Amino acid sequence: MKFSFAWPSALRNNGVLCMNKRNIDYIGRCNPRKFYKRVDDKLTTKQLALENNIAVPSLIGVVREQHEIESIPAMVAAEDGFVIKPSKGSGGKGILVITKVEAGRYYKPNGQEVTPSDVYRHVSNVLSGLFSLGGNPDVAIVEGLIQFDPVFDGYSYEGVPDIRLIVYKGFPVMGMLRLSTAASDGKANLHQGAVGVGVDIGTGKGLHAVQFDQPIEFHPDTNKKLIDIEVPHWDFLLHTASKAYEMSEMGYLGTDMVLDRDKGPLLLELNARPGLAIQIANNRGILPYLDNVDKLGNHNMTVDERVEYAKKHFCHSAQL
Amino acid sequence: MHSKKPFYILVALLFIVGIASSIFRGIEHNVPFLPGKQVQSWTVEAKVQFKATGKPAEVSFSLPSDPAFEILVENPSSPGYGLSITGDPQNKRANWSIRSATGQQNLYYKVTIIPTGITKIKAIEEPKIADTYTWPETEKVAAEQAIEEVWAKSATNLSFASQLNKAFNADERSQNIELLLSSNSPSKLFVHMLNNKGVPAQEVSGLYLEDQRRRQQLTNFVEVYNDGEWHLFNPSDGTQGRPDNLLLWDRSGKSTLDVIGGTNSQVNFSMLQDTRSALATALDVMNNQGALDFSLYQLPLEEQSLFKGILLIPIGVLMVVFLRVIVGLKTSGTFMPVLIALAFIQTTLLTGLIGFILIVAFGLMIRSYLSQLNLLLISRISAVIIVVIGIIGLFTLLSYKFGLSEGLTITFFPMIILAWTIERMSILWEEEGPKEVVLQGGGSLFVATLAYLAMSAPWIQHWVFNFLGIHLVILAIVLLMGQYTGYRLLELRRFKPLAGE
Repeated sequence: MKFSFAWPSALRNNGVLCMNKRNIDYIGRCNPRKFYKRVDDKLTTKQLALENNIAVPSLIGVVREQHEIESIPAMVAAEDGFVIKPSKGSGGKGILVITKVEAGRYYKPNGQEVTPSDVYRHVSNVLSGLFSLGGNPDVAIVEGLIQFDPVFDGYSYEGVPDIRLIVYKGFPVMGMLRLSTAASDGKANLHQGAVGVGVDIGTGKGLHAVQFDQPIEFHPDTNKKLIDIEVPHWDFLLHTASKAYEMSEMGYLGTDMVLDRDKGPLLLELNARPGLAIQIANNRGILPYLDNVDKLGNHNMTVDERVEYAKKHFCHSAQL
Repeated sequence: MHSKKPFYILVALLFIVGIASSIFRGIEHNVPFLPGKQVQSWTVEAKVQFKATGKPAEVSFSLPSDPAFEILVENPSSPGYGLSITGDPQNKRANWSIRSATGQQNLYYKVTIIPTGITKIKAIEEPKIADTYTWPETEKVAAEQAIEEVWAKSATNLSFASQLNKAFNADERSQNIELLLSSNSPSKLFVHMLNNKGVPAQEVSGLYLEDQRRRQQLTNFVEVYNDGEWHLFNPSDGTQGRPDNLLLWDRSGKSTLDVIGGTNSQVNFSMLQDTRSALATALDVMNNQGALDFSLYQLPLEEQSLFKGILLIPIGVLMVVFLRVIVGLKTSGTFMPVLIALAFIQTTLLTGLIGFILIVAFGLMIRSYLSQLNLLLISRISAVIIVVIGIIGLFTLLSYKFGLSEGLTITFFPMIILAWTIERMSILWEEEGPKEVVLQGGGSLFVATLAYLAMSAPWIQHWVFNFLGIHLVILAIVLLMGQYTGYRLLELRRFKPLAGE
């Protein structure tokens, strides 16, 4: 790894958004504190999404109290696999993915066995607030496993690829596909080692890929050329992301979606503090897009109009 | 969008008030800007002696009044005598009295003074035009001639006095002056001649301060008024202006020592030079002046030492804000490093680091056993706290047994913080592996070490406690950094791939 630094002016010229500016000028200004619950609490997000006709992964059950923990085996008995996540978790912490349930035994995506008592301890930690923001008591959500779309076969290692879109004031401005790797332990979080592939807002085609903030060309585990990727259902994904704006009323929003083999695009979660690595994955700064949206001023565009506008103006070839 | 003007005005205000109050404190109250600064002080002892005749005796002795020196401590001592100090601050006198005394009497007055650096003697009010002196017939003509001669060569009060001083000490004095000096003391004659021309002047006496001198006498000088200021002349040797080591003792123009009911009275002085802490001196002076003082030195000692620690926290916090907002380092637990740094101050850095790593490593081992027990989080943390206390107790005992006194300071670590650190690290270990634990733990220790280095610097400790205004400046800086929307240092590296093209 090279220890080289960029000139601030070079980054500024390329419109690179930095953490401080994101926090003050975008999150602080566009995301009203009172709506955070809609985003930070995955259970609330799920309910809101259902009310707004946005498809989400199926809910198997919710564990709210310690004494309910032991009902989990019964809850998941009929499932092929399941996911346990803290409702208020952040950064992918505390998500337990079980891809195989066999005669009361549970297996992680990498084939490692998880005993019921491991599951109980994990859920107990979740309820105690170990993974939640500020250590507040939390509830655990048990969700159905996502059967991921085979289009991504070979692009993701032991995990579900998800599509992150940054939605600014209702406009999808930048997109990225996140692919898990062996290094990321089946998780799609970039800081844990997942691969990020920048995706053209106009077409859903891959543009550029990074791992650990460094550009790469091939998936480290499967050696598939990453920018050949093309996300199906792209229009639908853009619409879903755009609708999430009305639903959450957050101006600067990250939407995480997955493609289910059977159910199509599902909204996984929303993020009020989406990370900045998406810029590296797209190999360009996000600020010109954000400024373009700001220039529109007050508009009464519908979801369809916004998606059309975004596809036209924010695609890779468009000049801003 | 809100206007940012009020914000910047607030920040500027905080900044200016903070700096100004610190400078005021430094200049006006003489609180030194650097710790460990020393100032010279003088201890002067005046010994008044006289022979008592067995009748009631009264001694009036003038006390020093000199703007160039600040009195720190003064104490007259005189067993058996009644004592009162009278007069305004410019003209203080000690009055000793006794119903009956016989034989040799010794009265003492001891004073500790420090130089203030004010060498000018400002007149408090316009002095009265002095009465013209009536010369004896034998001197009248000589005096008038001498005065006119010098007067013709002068332009102002001051130049008149200088010329006169010169004439007094010329190698070949005029006959007139020779005649006058034969029957008058130089200083008296000097004053009379000045007064004759309506120039206010008076005799004063001063003491030359020289280390370890005993049996010194006062020297006579003449003060001449010119334009709101008194100027010092010594007509006996022709010098003008005040020497650095001169303490003006008596500026009343009256006699320095009056004794009623005694004979053979005399006064002599002994003195000693000393160095003392500039800070302690400034505090003594403030105490003497009864100045409205917002310093924390008015608190009881215990609270003072408590505040010495508390007032370091803004420095640590500033450090953390800087490292996070400007540099972009991550710390586990926002202000945990500050608390660890506070503990380091008690333990010293190396002992602190070793102790911290030992406790956390031991804690992690025990925590890994606890994690198999499937406990609730709250009771698990409580158990870790108790175990941490046990570990600290064990280490303290062991280091005591082995005679390692450094080990005893380990008790200064905040236990709750340690327990949470252990819990977090343990989860991190399970989720992301030992590498991340070393990385994050090391990062936190690094920040704590930097915070410690900042907080343990003697001049920073001196500043945060003695110049409370500095905290307003820190507040202003923290507020400003809260507005910083530029790139963090580490982001310049992170986004390096985006700088190209």
